[in-house]
Amino acid sequence: MTEKKAGMEEKLWRKAGLTDSEYALLTKHMGREPNVVELALYAQMWSEHCGYTHTRPLFKHFPTTGPRIVQGPGENAGIVDIDDDEVLTFKLESHNHPSAIAPFQGAATGVGGIIRDILAMGAYPIASLNSLHFGHPGDRGHTRWLISEVVHGIGEYGNCVGVPTVGGELRFADAYKGNPLVNAMCVGYMKKSEIKKAIATGVGNSLMIVGNLTGRDGMGGASFASKDLEEENDDDRGAIQVGDPFMEKLLIEACLEVFQEDYVVGVQDMGAAGILSSSVETASKAGNGVEIDVALVPKREEAMRPEEVMISESQERMLLIVKKGMEEKVNKIFHKWDLHAVVIGHVTDDGMYRVLEDGKTVGEVPVWSLMDAPTYELVGEAPAHLQRTQSFKNSDVDVPDDLNQVLIKLLGSPDICSKEWVYRQYDHRVQMNTVVKPGSDASILRIKGRDKGVGVTMDSNGRYCYLNPRTGSQSVVVEAARNLVVSGAEPIAITDGLNFGNPETPDVYYQLEQAIMGLSEACRALNTPVIGGNASLYNQTPEFGAIYPTPIVGMVGLVKSLDHTTTMEFKAEGDHIILLGTTREELGASEYLDQIHGMVMGDVPELDLEEEAQTQAFILKAIRAGLLSSAHDLGDGGLAVAIAESCIKGELGAHIELDANIRADALLFGESQSRFLLSVTPDKADQLMDMAAEMGVEAATIGKVSTDKKLSIKNNETQLIDRDLALCADAFNTGFDKMMKTDG
Amino acid sequence: MLRAIVTVMLKKGIFDPQGRAVHNGLESIGFEGVKQVRVGKQLEIDLNLTDRAEAKKMVDEMCDKMLANPVVESFSYEITEV
Amino acid sequence: MNWGVLLLPGSNCAEDCFHAVDQVLGQPVRYLWHKDTDLGDVDAIIIPGGFSYGDHLRPGAIAHLSPAMTSVKAFAEKGGLVIGICNGFQILTESRMLPGALLQNKGLKFLCQDQTLRVENNSTAFTSEYEAGDVIICPIAHNEGNYYAKAETIEEMEANGQVLFRYSSPDGEVSDATNPNGSINNIAGIINRNGNVVGMMPHPERSADSVLGLSAGKGVFVSMLKHLEAVNS
Repeated sequence: MTEKKAGMEEKLWRKAGLTDSEYALLTKHMGREPNVVELALYAQMWSEHCGYTHTRPLFKHFPTTGPRIVQGPGENAGIVDIDDDEVLTFKLESHNHPSAIAPFQGAATGVGGIIRDILAMGAYPIASLNSLHFGHPGDRGHTRWLISEVVHGIGEYGNCVGVPTVGGELRFADAYKGNPLVNAMCVGYMKKSEIKKAIATGVGNSLMIVGNLTGRDGMGGASFASKDLEEENDDDRGAIQVGDPFMEKLLIEACLEVFQEDYVVGVQDMGAAGILSSSVETASKAGNGVEIDVALVPKREEAMRPEEVMISESQERMLLIVKKGMEEKVNKIFHKWDLHAVVIGHVTDDGMYRVLEDGKTVGEVPVWSLMDAPTYELVGEAPAHLQRTQSFKNSDVDVPDDLNQVLIKLLGSPDICSKEWVYRQYDHRVQMNTVVKPGSDASILRIKGRDKGVGVTMDSNGRYCYLNPRTGSQSVVVEAARNLVVSGAEPIAITDGLNFGNPETPDVYYQLEQAIMGLSEACRALNTPVIGGNASLYNQTPEFGAIYPTPIVGMVGLVKSLDHTTTMEFKAEGDHIILLGTTREELGASEYLDQIHGMVMGDVPELDLEEEAQTQAFILKAIRAGLLSSAHDLGDGGLAVAIAESCIKGELGAHIELDANIRADALLFGESQSRFLLSVTPDKADQLMDMAAEMGVEAATIGKVSTDKKLSIKNNETQLIDRDLALCADAFNTGFDKMMKTDG
Repeated sequence: MLRAIVTVMLKKGIFDPQGRAVHNGLESIGFEGVKQVRVGKQLEIDLNLTDRAEAKKMVDEMCDKMLANPVVESFSYEITEV
Repeated sequence: MNWGVLLLPGSNCAEDCFHAVDQVLGQPVRYLWHKDTDLGDVDAIIIPGGFSYGDHLRPGAIAHLSPAMTSVKAFAEKGGLVIGICNGFQILTESRMLPGALLQNKGLKFLCQDQTLRVENNSTAFTSEYEAGDVIICPIAHNEGNYYAKAETIEEMEANGQVLFRYSSPDGEVSDATNPNGSINNIAGIINRNGNVVGMMPHPERSADSVLGLSAGKGVFVSMLKHLEAVNS
């Protein structure tokens, strides 16, 4: 068919990123050698980025079904039921490699891409979140530049497109110095009847491309994203896509208007590997073939080769599978929004993926074979560092003399301090649904016209997962659920972002496998199935090595009545302060050990998933019974930091008296799991304590909220902490600004 | 074909925070003797015209109507043959 | 009273303004499409916030030239009530329906926060629900909200009571420390000489629905409604 057999004597497939055995397999599938166009199709579809070659075999561990799960993994995004014939769809996606090289555009297009995934489900995007990981900002000017640019990029895109950025997290560790993580999540809302699928049914139906023109943007980004950053060179810089949020806004309006009519049978966002990936997936789902003529694709650049058109990652494009005869009607709606919908091909019945150029076939392979990327199940090996880190004993460090100073330092430390510097750059109120703003445990959005809401959060803990990938990953899931529960939301499901190093090394593969097991176990225990996600592997550089294994969890919950909305800050003088759970002498893996002693050591605190689930169930019950004034989970920095945060946000003091028999630093700053800080008005305190006893949840009254603007913590009559709230607030509120202003 | 290269600047006397930020940045990386920086924008407009007078009239009108805001901005342009 | 919300490509607060009039105020409201010159029967027009035309060139620079804006101008010239919020304010200054211009924030960053404002003049069709000196919370969310006008224009506006809102502290103090974006005289919202066209950077619609924890912005819409009812009765 094509004269040139891709110069296969030069082993061109290796340059395209395929192994010799993968090449042998694809020639077997085809029954002949591929030409250049065909080779490019396989190289893209069989990359880790598109084909999930290393992660797919592990996904079988994930629980993916449940009473509220309408759509599990396999579509553009998963869907959950929130009653009243209404559903939410949500997903997260990584944009780590683009953000490392061009942080503004990399982050911006990450936001744009995930919004289109949500749009492709037929939903209106109602919230964006993001999870960002960097090296320490005080460390290098380059890191501060990365942070500024990433935040600016997220803001610029999200603000302009009119989707509120309502939450997320920002965490720091040296492990991300050379390889920052930018994971973006989007949540969409729709009626159950409005759900769309990514499917190319109906032979003869048209494939229409809508949105931006196609250029050489992100050329080969799909395989590019699956390579170590070290292999990147200056020539690859052209691989960065540029985002146009204004176009995306128009695309949202026009698509949703088209979806109101019965014109469209399938929709797919064009993400990694552009036209190719989107059309292969839709055809494969229907068991059909497709043919696409690259000459019909509206282009921004001249002399593009067929394979360039097929894999271009130009942004703000969608693929619609339109009923035969309805093309003009679809185009008319797009035209109203100053856009065009153009027919680029058709659904066929022969199961072949056919690329034409001006009517002439330039590539032809079976659809199923493109979707059948070979998978690799490797044998993992526990990383060598675990032996060293797990040998840590609490006695390796002394209790600091000045615990007040430790508290102040922790409150201003990168992971704990206020991130207002970041979220004030994001429009978090547009669409008028934001009931609880960023800066809380979880953000809450109302559903217009109903007395109910949605809780959203994104969480991770790379250090925990580095020190114990299994328990660390469990902890990430339960932490996300804690954030929702204390806000009054019942956790429904998660989307996961698997950010790891090179899976072909046994220690990274071990981390990946253990993490997936850990996530799965916690999801089962909390009844929060995985409804979709993303894998970003090869996050490492020769200079700084692999990142911490960083599974990121985006979790969504249902607030059954807006009356249940609960926040972390203390509300009134005299309220009783109650601590749930058991405080053990656990210093391992803590923020305290890292920040104060400079040690990333020890094991992740013990986690009993059953106890966790029971405690969370109790909190929800107490909230729904209207018993709680505030609720906050204990996380980074332990009990003392949690109390300080509830004081700072509520501008009220607290007097705490404990009676523990453990080291003072473990008591104040240790991170024993399944603990929560509640406050309750005196008249409801007994009822709350009775409810805890009935449910077998350990609860202790540890003090009272005060108006003297002081934070005082005593243990067995010994004063451990005694600080003016103003000092705590100053450290917490200015910590981030100070880091971003550090010279160097 | 004629090409108009239009420069739009904030009027003198109007505080330009972006210019100040660039100024500070230049100093912080060691450039001494920078007196002032002002940041503006440049537009490249290709015109299907051959008559310069006609082009000039058109560009003037573009600037007045849309490209510059006379309350805060001034504009200048050059027309070249391409 | 019939309300209209101008719908421009990229104006992402149109639905919020619609919601405020429809659900909070309980008044009839519809969208006015930017390509239409016939506005139909409307008593008040809201030009909503957002990023019309992607804020390309300058915020409002392209939007103010849209066909519907010609009709909005004519409507205002006949005394119709027009309020431009955030990007709507920028569109109104670009169209010269209001004096001055909105420059980039002094801090060079987009700023989204719940902002306290001091009400300066309550004897207008847009502020009668407040007392002069009231401090209200109204969220801001903008990158170009730094109000600028020539010194003599500012002087004239101040003398005429055309400044409606100033950025202030929660106890009503107005100073550089309470100025989020560098606006001259902490100006957050102004009215034209005729008293029927208002532009403000803060979003009253975002603090109109009490479910969201803020309600002071509702006063702007209630004032407008009462004025319209008084004139039409």
